[in-house]
Amino acid sequence: FWARCWAGHWGSCCPVICVVGSGPAGFYTAQHILKHHDLAQVDIYEKLPVPFGLVRFGVAPDHPEVKNVINTFTHTARSDRCAYYGNVTVGRDITVGELQQAYHAVVLSYGAEDNRVLGIPGENLSGVYSARAFVGWYNGLPENRDLKPDLSCETALILGHGNVALDIARILLSPLDFLRKTDITDCSLAALARSKVKRVWLAGRRGPLQVAFTIKELREMINLPGTQPVLNPADFTGLENAVKDAPRPRKRLTELMIKTALEKPREKAAMAQAAIPRQWGLKFQRSPQEMLPTTDGTRVRGVRMALTRLEGLGDSAKAVPTGDMEELECGLVLSSIGYRSLPLDPAVPFDTQHGVIPNSLGRVTGVPGLYCSGWVKRGPVGVIITTMNDSFDTAQSVLEDLQGGVLDVSISREGFGAVGSILRSRGIRPVSFSDWEKIDAAEVARGKAAGKPREKIVDPQEMLQLIGH
Amino acid sequence: MHIWFSVTASSKLLVILGFIFSNSRLKLLQRTEKQNEEEKGKNKVTEQNCLRSKQMSRRGFSSTCKLQGSHGELSSADSVTVHFINRDGERLTTMAKEGESLLEVVVNQNLAIDGFGACEGTLACSTCHLIFEKDAFQKLDAISDEEMDMLDLAYGLTETSRLGCQVRIKKLMDGLTVQVPVEVSDIRSQLEVGKQSKQ
Repeated sequence: FWARCWAGHWGSCCPVICVVGSGPAGFYTAQHILKHHDLAQVDIYEKLPVPFGLVRFGVAPDHPEVKNVINTFTHTARSDRCAYYGNVTVGRDITVGELQQAYHAVVLSYGAEDNRVLGIPGENLSGVYSARAFVGWYNGLPENRDLKPDLSCETALILGHGNVALDIARILLSPLDFLRKTDITDCSLAALARSKVKRVWLAGRRGPLQVAFTIKELREMINLPGTQPVLNPADFTGLENAVKDAPRPRKRLTELMIKTALEKPREKAAMAQAAIPRQWGLKFQRSPQEMLPTTDGTRVRGVRMALTRLEGLGDSAKAVPTGDMEELECGLVLSSIGYRSLPLDPAVPFDTQHGVIPNSLGRVTGVPGLYCSGWVKRGPVGVIITTMNDSFDTAQSVLEDLQGGVLDVSISREGFGAVGSILRSRGIRPVSFSDWEKIDAAEVARGKAAGKPREKIVDPQEMLQLIGH
Repeated sequence: MHIWFSVTASSKLLVILGFIFSNSRLKLLQRTEKQNEEEKGKNKVTEQNCLRSKQMSRRGFSSTCKLQGSHGELSSADSVTVHFINRDGERLTTMAKEGESLLEVVVNQNLAIDGFGACEGTLACSTCHLIFEKDAFQKLDAISDEEMDMLDLAYGLTETSRLGCQVRIKKLMDGLTVQVPVEVSDIRSQLEVGKQSKQ
């Protein structure tokens, strides 16, 4: 390490960089810095013992190919100038200020751990959950392991028209055999096996031209065995014409919805309409106003919706209430209206209105040496490629600042040398990447017996015990 | 500078030696033919060169990055020449086998294209998006719905775009040139850098 260090310019040292968060944003930022700088050391911190963020906890269990990025992240973590430190909560176990003392640059990539709320009466009734918590539950996120969602009703209502909403609809209605061989948690699988849910509505405030989900996920839902899509043709009147000249992605997506709406119920061999047990449908221009309780006041029994009309066109169209109302009966409500980032540390500026860290090209406004990438920088939208490009951009800013002298590498900084001592003094014991690999191996071994890629460990204490902490 | 005086003599010697022999991060270093052949004798783009020239290119210098190493490995009978124009304009020229997908070519030849093929060819992302010339595009095998679904999410989508993992090399593609699309965010950041005038 020292020989490499002194091989640099006269008087300069190896830059040590800190990344907070080990999801795609953290790893892609680290990867790009390491690839384009011969000497930099990058340390990735993560509050959970286990890495990978939403790739592990957000991507649906039946989308394993999307998780292939873990291979490249693993390669990065194993490289000699990269280190992983799990079980360290920045903002609690160590402050951003302390990290800035120890590192030449600190990159915040901690994502969006919270969700937006509707702020309507009844939102806290039993049977109402945030999509984020529900996804966390079936994906084994430790904080959601005790969610115990009640799946004993027939009709579920998902508020929102994004990919997360479609993911949840698909998980609720998938044939159990499909899910059995995935890395969905055992506990969720058991709950879904007992589930009585046979109808799922996805309701959004705006229209078909404003849906946020993408065509692959929609197609998957349409083709889901044992289910019937229910789309109202009246919702699509005139839309064929409206998207005639639209960009191809919007056009194809809309055309697929129109086709599905106009299609006669599929006459599959040996399957009559009545025999298709499960249904799902899209409801448009409905804005939730109140969650209605059962007579004993304990659970949700329905949602009162305001019907809306659209003002404006395309992405910027606004939903305006018409005054008409509708009640939709349901026993399970999932609010899928967006994730939300939280402020980490008083030393870090935070734009509460937009839920992001104010920045320019990833450089945090007003705080030299501090950067951000991923959802905490741009907002909680986009797929992995979006985050990848964004992370490369932030990494580029860091590299430019290293080259241009904006980051002063003539002062040697201790990196984990300093942080490790501080953590020790506070009784915090970081989890290394090879520790994670032990947990990984245990999960894979447990899954093997059941024919699953892994059986996720959902209790952080169990993870720590496994590695002897 | 103040560090120098507190360091031992042997360390100073190390520094001086290190300084003499070190590769400067800012200089474009030409590697010898011998050094390239030492790279396991594979057809490999000299990644260091490409990376450095890429950094230079971001500042507006153009450069070419040629494949070095022995071409004798692949028999000319079953290999074609393919050119990838990288995001900053540098041309990466390589040999490719018939039947290989363009993603496999990039991976096997270790081409310096950032973030290419994230989902490893499983039609779960659009990071292997490539832009073809019109006549080459028309000769490609028909695109599937599944490919189009993912291509729809790609940045800088054009009428001659395809996903590299779905396009397989054929003999008639000898001399094929494909463009790695410039990301939307890249364009924005180039504009920003222009405004900040760091030079």
